[in-house]
Amino acid sequence: MKQLLAFIRKEFYHVFRDKRTLLILFGLPIAQIVLFGFALSSEVKNIGIAVLDNAHDATSEQIVDRIKTSSYFLFKDPVLNLTEIDEKFKEGSIKCALLFPANFGNELGRSGKAQVQIITDASDPNTATIVVNYLTAILANYQQQLNPTARLPYEIIPQVRQLYNEEQNGSLNFIPGVIALIFMIVCTTLTSVSIVREKELGTMEILLVSPFKPVMVLVAKAVPYLVLSVVNLIIILLLSVFLLHVQIKGSLILIFAESILFIITCLSLGLLISNQTNSQQTAMLMSMMGMMLPTLILTGFMFPLENMPWIFQAISHILPSRYYYIIIKAVMLKGLGFSYVWKETLILLAMALFLLAVALKNFKIRLS
Amino acid sequence: MKILRFILRKEFLQIFRDKTIIAMMFAVPIIQLVILPLAANFEVKNINVAFVDNDHSTYSQKLVSKIASSGYFRIVGNSASYREALKMIEKSKADIVLEIPAGFERSLVREGRQQVNMSVDAINGTKASIGGAYLTVVIADFNRSLDVNTKAPDNKVAALSAIIDITYSDWFNPHKEYKYYMVPGILVLLLTLIGGFITALNIVREKEIGTIEQINVTPIKKWQFILGKLIPFWFVGIIVFTVGLIAMYVVYGIFPKGSIPLLYLFASVYLIALLGFGLLISTFSNSQLQAMFVAFFFMMIFMLMSGFFTSIDSMPNWARQMSNLTPVTHFIKVVRLIVLKGSGLSQVKMELFYLIGFAIALNSFAIYNYKKTN
Repeated sequence: MKQLLAFIRKEFYHVFRDKRTLLILFGLPIAQIVLFGFALSSEVKNIGIAVLDNAHDATSEQIVDRIKTSSYFLFKDPVLNLTEIDEKFKEGSIKCALLFPANFGNELGRSGKAQVQIITDASDPNTATIVVNYLTAILANYQQQLNPTARLPYEIIPQVRQLYNEEQNGSLNFIPGVIALIFMIVCTTLTSVSIVREKELGTMEILLVSPFKPVMVLVAKAVPYLVLSVVNLIIILLLSVFLLHVQIKGSLILIFAESILFIITCLSLGLLISNQTNSQQTAMLMSMMGMMLPTLILTGFMFPLENMPWIFQAISHILPSRYYYIIIKAVMLKGLGFSYVWKETLILLAMALFLLAVALKNFKIRLS
Repeated sequence: MKILRFILRKEFLQIFRDKTIIAMMFAVPIIQLVILPLAANFEVKNINVAFVDNDHSTYSQKLVSKIASSGYFRIVGNSASYREALKMIEKSKADIVLEIPAGFERSLVREGRQQVNMSVDAINGTKASIGGAYLTVVIADFNRSLDVNTKAPDNKVAALSAIIDITYSDWFNPHKEYKYYMVPGILVLLLTLIGGFITALNIVREKEIGTIEQINVTPIKKWQFILGKLIPFWFVGIIVFTVGLIAMYVVYGIFPKGSIPLLYLFASVYLIALLGFGLLISTFSNSQLQAMFVAFFFMMIFMLMSGFFTSIDSMPNWARQMSNLTPVTHFIKVVRLIVLKGSGLSQVKMELFYLIGFAIALNSFAIYNYKKTN
């Protein structure tokens, strides 16, 4: 026990000596949380719009005023013809244009029907869809005002309720993902690199010939990274609660227990990688490209999983981070209990045990 | 000049000896361009709807089939109670629960209005807002087609005195295909990774192995060493860019609408800026691990802020300023403009000035910070 403590202390020294890496380790989650929380949002705002008003009458101006009062649009200088619209699209300064034909108001008054045209920049398809929705709503609203008596005699009115996220906070989806990503970096990448470094420098031999049990060497390696991960988890949770005002709805104990399970899975992965390689560079490449990229892409927190081809969805089933993400999302954001996530937990547990067993079995205590 | 030539030869030899770099030059762009656009698809389709039909009437069934046939939604269940439907949301099997209250048809016919309750899983913001909006549109449409409305003697809709008829046209991407938006962005991502990471790692490796000291004691000057490092990687970058452009055309059929020399002009300047950034990172790091983490940290922030995933216009003011301070933002914008809309130099010249500015600033800082002596 005393030996183990001494070894763990040695490993902590290693970790704390590299100030820059340490800084990045704590800086990364903080930067991500701040960016996701405050800078990035899926809501579309400040949409550049240009109006080509060939009518210049009271009606068209009223509509333009309506759009101006909506906080979503940002008015650019009025344009005179389609070429100018094209020019603005090509500069990237507007996302949509609204065209009133000549005699718009007259026609609307006389024949009761008039056309407007919405041109969108569909090179960004989702934004284009949302912009059209906004504009259509404003125009429909105006039309309603022109026809105050017209109302459908029978109407179904949808009452919309936003579950779990009344304020439509865009960052919610990302928090569990950021946690999973950080665990992957700290546990898998750093652990594998730190073990391989000992191999590269030749100090591994010294550790192996010491009276200390080889498995304990690994345990001592893993402990500091486990501690770092838990500290990072606490930081992320604190930031989410106090900076982003995200409510943690489920049980904290469950979150921590599941996290430790995932950390052990990541550590085993790191160990497995370090068994396979002899150079830091390969270890880094394997853990970054082989583990972290799939985590980023296929877990479902950055890109929607259900839109992916079946083969990617199949691959995502063998990623531990997928299950961890589901669990944390359910517990932290939806406030569900263990009875909802036991299946995912079981899968994660099986993965952890399997990886750990393989890693320990492959751990060579002799030099080649 | 002669010295520089020798250094260049050494660097090129080293690059071509290293099979991983060769693989990275050709395999990575193709893999990324094939995999990422398939994965990074933010199109909102197949919104899963669970029903709770407490009414079991003709109208409620008509509403359900109307929603099912609208094309946006997938009916995933017809639950007996709201509680049961909520379970489907909890298990992420459903995105929206539509609850039709008991007596729906009766009170619709008798009183003329009736509510239905829509509960949206709002954790995924985009899907929630787009899905909710679609469903509202479908219901509004359903209202208009209700036979009590079309047959009603006092139908005021037909008598609307003023109708604004909206026509739409979607420019540049009439079918609103998501890949057109994503693929050029991924091309930029590619160039960024190659430019930023490889240079940083390469120079730090010389530091770690100790060969940098050997170079330092030779009469090679600082600028010669740095140029010797940058020029080969600039070529690697241009090759990767070319491979990427070809892959973009072969795999996705996307051919740049604008001028290709203009694209290369921007790519060249962008690469210089990025190589300078990689160099800067290498001057701050002592080990490859450090260089990799520092590079990863900044790349992550650059990519997130660059408008690759989310629109820059929607960001708050401070974030927009910050995003303007990264070269990636400008290059992504330019590549999308040139490839998708065919913008010319006069329309994007501001971005060129920005990129030239970054190239000069990053490289001078890197050269200033690079010390021959320890």
